[in-house]
Amino acid sequence: MPSPLLSASTLHKTYGSGASAFEALRGLDLDIAAGESVAITGKSGSGKSTLMHLLALLDRPTSGTITLDGTDTSRMSARHLNRTRNTTFGFVFQQFFLNAQASVLDNVTLPLRIAGVPRRERTARGLAALAQLELDDKADNRANDLSGGQKQRVVIARALINRPRVIFADEPTGNLDSATGGVVEDILFGLNRSHGISLVVVTHDDDLAARCDRSVHMRDGVIAVHEGVAA
Amino acid sequence: MRAVDVAGTAFRNAFRSRLRTTLTVVAIFIGAFTLSLTNGLGTGINRYIDDTVASVGVDDVLTVTKTDDSVPTEGPAEYDPDQIAADGPPGTTTTALTEDDLETVADVSGVLSVEPVKEVVTDYVRYDGGDRYQLGVAQFLPGMRTELAAGRQIDLDAPEPELVLPEGHVEPLGLGTPADAVGKTVELAVTDGTGEQVTTEATVVGVAEPGVLAMAGAIPNDVLTQTLYDLQSEGAPESRTSRYASASVTFDAAAGAEAQQALVDRLVDAGYTASTLEDQLGTITSVIDGIVLVLNGFAVIALVAAGIGIVNTLFMAVQERTREVGLMKAMGLSSARVFSLFSVEAVVIGLVGSAFGVVAAIGVGRLVGGVSANLLPDLPGLTLVAFDPVSVAVVVLGVMVIAFLAGTLPALRAARQDPISSLRYE
Ligand SMILES: Nc1ncnc2c1ncn2[C@@H]1O[C@H](COP(=O)(O)OP(=O)(O)OP(=O)(O)O)[C@@H](O)[C@H]1O
Ligand SMILES: [Mg+2]
Repeated sequence: MPSPLLSASTLHKTYGSGASAFEALRGLDLDIAAGESVAITGKSGSGKSTLMHLLALLDRPTSGTITLDGTDTSRMSARHLNRTRNTTFGFVFQQFFLNAQASVLDNVTLPLRIAGVPRRERTARGLAALAQLELDDKADNRANDLSGGQKQRVVIARALINRPRVIFADEPTGNLDSATGGVVEDILFGLNRSHGISLVVVTHDDDLAARCDRSVHMRDGVIAVHEGVAA
Repeated sequence: MRAVDVAGTAFRNAFRSRLRTTLTVVAIFIGAFTLSLTNGLGTGINRYIDDTVASVGVDDVLTVTKTDDSVPTEGPAEYDPDQIAADGPPGTTTTALTEDDLETVADVSGVLSVEPVKEVVTDYVRYDGGDRYQLGVAQFLPGMRTELAAGRQIDLDAPEPELVLPEGHVEPLGLGTPADAVGKTVELAVTDGTGEQVTTEATVVGVAEPGVLAMAGAIPNDVLTQTLYDLQSEGAPESRTSRYASASVTFDAAAGAEAQQALVDRLVDAGYTASTLEDQLGTITSVIDGIVLVLNGFAVIALVAAGIGIVNTLFMAVQERTREVGLMKAMGLSSARVFSLFSVEAVVIGLVGSAFGVVAAIGVGRLVGGVSANLLPDLPGLTLVAFDPVSVAVVVLGVMVIAFLAGTLPALRAARQDPISSLRYE
């Protein structure tokens, strides 16, 4: 088996300190291979989001290591971390986090603006990403004027505009009706298959979890059961 | 994120909450408007003084008087036979300079030449046998300049007697228009030492517009002054003619301020008081500067209050955009860039407010300028509120600095924000 894209070993995460300290992760190990889709399931409060934030390098573990492409991420500078999140990762959250006043195109090209890509190229790549999600006719609309499903497609366009290697999705369909949710799932798995983008999906939805190559079930900060087989 | 994108995003963000930003801009506007106006007032008045009175080249002349130490702090002053009337409010006297004094001053090192200031009092001026009018004679130092309605500036060294007439005299004398008056010869009369009235003639070379200088009367050249002085001294006892209220001392201005101060000190040691024209005007300008400073102080207080408005506005903006900032940081925007996004937004608010304030102040200055010409007809040529580009730029930049400082606190809060806690729902 090739070395994994992302690898977590004996992750601990403690929130707060003293009497109010709470150990959200208690020595967790997880490998994610390139091109693999992994569902993270479990009861509310079991530590799914905490794990995802650590894997996405949004937060640092209390102890334990996370390696990306074999590099220990605790050694990365703040700048390196920022660049990695900008270029290697894409994010899809349950809430859309769109700038309601700005145009759809401006929302989609936000990661490129952060990366310092010139305007002309931003526009071209933004329109291409929107076309991929059949939203190119909405480019100039205000984000606020879209339906829920369209909004989530805009979010996906934003997540994939920098051609990431991993898309992290926390409850991507939680806010959508099942039909629209199904469309969004199709898009995510389509990207996974055609572009080899790894998917890390936090979900309560068993059907969505079943569509992933692998599903990890969390209980009290550790992985309880592994289901499925690595692709 | 590129600087141009930071600026563009900050600019758009500033106007996302239009009403709130507008109110803050109005506060800045009021401060910047007031500051520009008070500044403009100072500039206008000081520039008027500079333009009408002081001018190029007079910086190498000191006016020297004898230091009057006879004024006791208590009780009546003892009579001094050398005391004569001096310029200034009626009753002001000064101890006269005698020929001996002039020699003493001439011997002080650094003094290039000494010229006693000769007081001339004319009885009347007349043109072509017409009506006679009273005419004062102004003191004129080399290098001074007056605003002209026609003709040219006086040539002090011209060999023939000539003078610049105040515009108000031209018509009554029957000289026609100011342009007609140039080149005409007028008759001047003085009373000599024996009480007899004698006349001499001089050519009009220029007509002065009313102003501070020209209000004092005609400006004669040296030859004319000498002629008038000689006529009026004729038959007078020497004790009267060889005493002068003051003398003009020329020195080498190129030697610098220190050498000038040393010369003034030496003259003081010798028992004289010396001042440049600049010193004399300096008192007026420093009073005006003082008043302007106080007014500016009030304007700055208004600006500081407006700055607190910026702090408030931006704290609200940071609060509102918690999620957005969190998302951008998650997507790799550095804390430094988040800081600059918000501080540039503050600067944009400051820039817009101060730009409108300055433009409005210039507009109001123009209006006031039109009105002040009617309200203050005795001071023609006065632009009450004037703007020089440097002080306008200083106001705009100063406000931007205040805005930046006001923005630092909210910007720091945004920069320190933790992306995860801002992305956690509910
Ligand atoms: N910043 C924090 N401070 C203190 N405790 C926290 C913090 N963030 C998370 N926790 C705690 O850690 C535990 C795990 O939280 P996490 O958000 O990972 O749960 P989750 O599995 O994603 O739950 P859900 O399905 O409801 O989203 C919870 O008990 C939560 O209260
Ligand atoms: Mg969660």
